Amino acid sequence: MNVTESAEPVATRISGPIITATGMSRAQMYEVVQVGELGLVGEVVRIIGDLATIQVYEDTTMLKPGARVLCTGAPLSVSLGPGLVGNIYDGIQRPLPGIEAKSGAWIRRGEKVEALDNTRRWTFEPTAAKGDTVGPGQVIGQVAETPLVTHRIMVPPDVSGHVLSIVEKGDYTLLDPIAVIGTPEGEKEVTMLQRWPVRQPRPIRERLRIADPLITGQRIIDTFFPLGKGGAAAIPGGFGTGKTITQHQLAKWSDAEIIVFIGCGERGNEMTEVLREFPELEDPRSGRPLMERTILIANTSNMPVAAREVSIYTGITLAEYYRDMGLSVAVFADSTSRWAEALRELAARLEEMPAEEGFPASLPTRLAQFYERGGAVTTLAGERASVSIVGAVSPPGGDFSEPVTQHTRRFIRCFWALDTELANARHYPSIHWLRSYSEYAEDVKSWWEAGCPDWEELRTEALTLLQREERLQQIVKLVGPDVLPDSQRLILFIAEIFKDGFLAQSAFDENDMYCSPEKQVALLRLILTLYHRGRDMIQEGVPLAKVTGMDCVSEVLRAKAATSNKELHRVEELARRLGEEADELERQYMKGATCYE
Amino acid sequence: MNDLFADIEDRGLEYVGASRIEGPLVVVDKVRDVGYDETVEIIDPAGIPRMGRVLDVSERQAVVQVLEGTTGLATRTLRARFLGESFRLPVSRQMLGRVFDGLGRPADGGPPALSADRRDVNGMPINPFARRYPREFIQTGLSAIDGMNALVRGQKLPVFSGNGLPHDRVSAQIIRQARLLDEEVEFSIVFAAMGIKHDIAEFFIRNFRESGALSRAVMFFSLADAPSVERLLTPRVALTLAEHLAFDCGQHVLILLTDMTNYCESLREVGTARGEIPGRKGYPGYLYSDLASLYERAGRIENSPGSITQMAILTMPADDISHPVPDLTGYITEGQIVLDRDLFQRGIYPPIAGLPSLSRLMKDGVGKGFTREDHPILASQLFACYAYVKRVRGLADVIGEEELSQLDKQYLKFGEAFEGTFLNQGEYENRSIETTLEMGWDALSVLPREELHRVSDELLRKHYRSEPGTGAQDQACLTVQRL
Ligand SMILES: Nc1ncnc2c1ncn2[C@@H]1O[C@H](COP(=O)(O)OP(=O)(O)OP(=O)(O)O)[C@@H](O)[C@H]1O
Ligand SMILES: [Mg+2]
Repeated sequence: MNVTESAEPVATRISGPIITATGMSRAQMYEVVQVGELGLVGEVVRIIGDLATIQVYEDTTMLKPGARVLCTGAPLSVSLGPGLVGNIYDGIQRPLPGIEAKSGAWIRRGEKVEALDNTRRWTFEPTAAKGDTVGPGQVIGQVAETPLVTHRIMVPPDVSGHVLSIVEKGDYTLLDPIAVIGTPEGEKEVTMLQRWPVRQPRPIRERLRIADPLITGQRIIDTFFPLGKGGAAAIPGGFGTGKTITQHQLAKWSDAEIIVFIGCGERGNEMTEVLREFPELEDPRSGRPLMERTILIANTSNMPVAAREVSIYTGITLAEYYRDMGLSVAVFADSTSRWAEALRELAARLEEMPAEEGFPASLPTRLAQFYERGGAVTTLAGERASVSIVGAVSPPGGDFSEPVTQHTRRFIRCFWALDTELANARHYPSIHWLRSYSEYAEDVKSWWEAGCPDWEELRTEALTLLQREERLQQIVKLVGPDVLPDSQRLILFIAEIFKDGFLAQSAFDENDMYCSPEKQVALLRLILTLYHRGRDMIQEGVPLAKVTGMDCVSEVLRAKAATSNKELHRVEELARRLGEEADELERQYMKGATCYE
Repeated sequence: MNDLFADIEDRGLEYVGASRIEGPLVVVDKVRDVGYDETVEIIDPAGIPRMGRVLDVSERQAVVQVLEGTTGLATRTLRARFLGESFRLPVSRQMLGRVFDGLGRPADGGPPALSADRRDVNGMPINPFARRYPREFIQTGLSAIDGMNALVRGQKLPVFSGNGLPHDRVSAQIIRQARLLDEEVEFSIVFAAMGIKHDIAEFFIRNFRESGALSRAVMFFSLADAPSVERLLTPRVALTLAEHLAFDCGQHVLILLTDMTNYCESLREVGTARGEIPGRKGYPGYLYSDLASLYERAGRIENSPGSITQMAILTMPADDISHPVPDLTGYITEGQIVLDRDLFQRGIYPPIAGLPSLSRLMKDGVGKGFTREDHPILASQLFACYAYVKRVRGLADVIGEEELSQLDKQYLKFGEAFEGTFLNQGEYENRSIETTLEMGWDALSVLPREELHRVSDELLRKHYRSEPGTGAQDQACLTVQRL
């Protein structure tokens, strides 16, 4: 044995989740270690000579200097294979149902449960044959993971060669070898289970331009501030403004094929709610329960802070894995601020020099790295796929000038600014129409125009109207609305209709929670028709009160909730009646005008 | 003297002298076999032990936070005895009806709780997979809460207040009146007082006694004159007992934590003493995680009939809701009841602010099958109309009330009806949910029917009063008279 090798690794200092250990000269950065008798899981985050600093993902109460440190030689990795979908994990991919089975309602530390069930048999169906030449990421077979998800079994990213043997269709566990690949380095057995280090992005062939919208069924998002498939959006807002509900809405109704929802430092009950609700909700496209395409990561606010830091990477790695199968994946992170705060807390314990507001100087880099793991890509196997990312941001005091919001803005192209005043007035989603933006609107235009050639005009007209309203409101605030001419007061009126009848969308109303793109266009057109007719009538001399008092106005307001996605003819029918009522009014006033002559 | 820990075997790990004493911290050198977060007795010159815990430990030294203050301690003479475990509380149902100090020791002259069941006061995180989603509506008898910000069993709903506002009266009233609609189970009450004054503690005791709740209440007092660092443990001690009562004994527990602002100040004090990099307003960067470790200890779990409903009271310094304490609290709790100084000054009780108050779990606990079918829509419409009242009032301040349009004037009238009759009620007035809902429709009916866009025609037909001021009862009377 080497005499110069230092003693066994042991802890020398414990300070909350950060411990220092000696005898660590052979440790690698980000290597996973187990500490003490309970084998608490931790990760090496700094090495100085023989000393290593370790961040521990579990509570360190009563851990003592002298505790043994066991190095595992591998970086923190996740298990990838069938069985992920429909599951709920903590930040380091321990399945919460498995933990419950072992330690009851409370999460006891030191609990070790495999991420995927190694005993369960899955029906594997080969798609490659003996003799085929295969490269990294290439699909060699598939498993029906859920009725919604066909799980492709891929050649690991570091393996290529030709298939020496592959099993027949049949039931296998995750550990059974299903194929042997002959590679230049020798024979490699492939199973349905792979491991991948969470902090390392999975490889792709190339990045693509974003072209398709991620349809979310939320009007203000799809119509005004759309997110592209493969794009990144931030949703900042003070407490109670609707970040979580909006993300839940998106997780429910988006037309992505896989949803990864990361509850990062937020409430336990919110995860419970998803667990309770998703199996019961139907996917509007397939009619299957939404849970059949959803993976949950729950590292709630009261769970250890180091595991919160890593939960984001765990989630995005799972997303990349499904992307590699050629699927469109959407990742929701609630909230990235809690993740940034975990970074800050750990950095402070490491006595790093703080930059802005105590956050480590590496914050922008870390944010960039996270958002860069999204994108529309060509996979190694040559398929089009995407990871879209939506990150909630929880700025202190709801003030967007703080570092996390500001830096996030640099790495996303879609910004849904939540507004406390709107939320207080219970206008939901409280996404502010003037302070939000999306640079993807241009990219997804052609998708919309395939179904609605004048989409851009409608959208621009509506947005312009809302901007004009804002300016008119400044005047009204000073002198009251009476000084404005009817044509301008009509704008105020129509803007109110837009807000109530289009922008506001209840997450809890049966008909309104999901609004199909067709219904969005129909409603948009309906309100603009009201505007155009109103403008004409006023020009013809019809008093504003007659316009705002039309019978169909309240129907226009209620159309979003009164018509389901399948009854669009009723919106058209309403538009027709609106036209008739307007015609009638115009006729009366024209007649009136001729009488006076 | 310190009976609570009498059963811990003395491991003989006693050290004499400290290398440093600074604020609430004592640094003991050359310790051996000491664990992080271990409980310590620091023995002062008079031989009296003071409780402490280890914040940081290395082979060289242990940093001990002395919960009962460092006054009178000297580096040369103090002795530190490490007790070999983290801070624990013996828990038992027998603790109901008793008063304890901020560290869980009897303060009513009675014997210590007899129990072999000693729990780590830090608790463990509840597995989200094992939680049961809270949804049973609690009727508090206050219209502002029941009608618009309904509380459900297992929710954490704090009260954001300001100095001099009647948060104590409001929370005492809630505790007095809280009940379920269809179940006759009484709440057990756990009361944790942190840094509040004696007269306020007495106010609560008096209230519990008058309403006959004293025998099912347990109190933990770390009052204003107790060492401030002790407060860091008080809510943990109280929550530990609450968890036992709820999840082991199956009781429905209502826990009141007051005042969380004092708790946070103690946390800041310790952070500063340790030379930590401060976050906003000098509070430590981990304030969010620390508060979450308290607030998340509420709710319901599978396989236990019990529940913990949590009400934390905090005073917002300078009434500022963006101050870190209310701000971070709001980010963790399931809504907030905000008290408003303007309403208070206008003599409205309870002065519960209409717009910033929110109950996030209301959506799942009200409506058809829970309270009444019209409840969610009524609440939503009241919020929308009241928000508009605020705008009209702003406008009226600029252009004068006379210049307002007819409709806007009606909104002002609605505002008065809403605040004066719906919000406003007596401290001993306990309204049924039906009364609250009817009063809500009365207020809305001040406005023209077309203004209530959020309400369906069907509900309007049922509830809108075509003659303003004719509530359901009045309407019944009218029908009788007409007959
Ligand atoms: N689209 C919506 N429809 C109806 N209600 C909504 C909608 N969005 C938000 N709400 C209401 O707002 C409340 C707060 O929303 P949410 O929990 O999403 O806030 P948040 O921004 O995530 O807050 P926090 O930062 O504290 O987690 C919800 O409980 C719900 O009552
Ligand atoms: Mg949230």
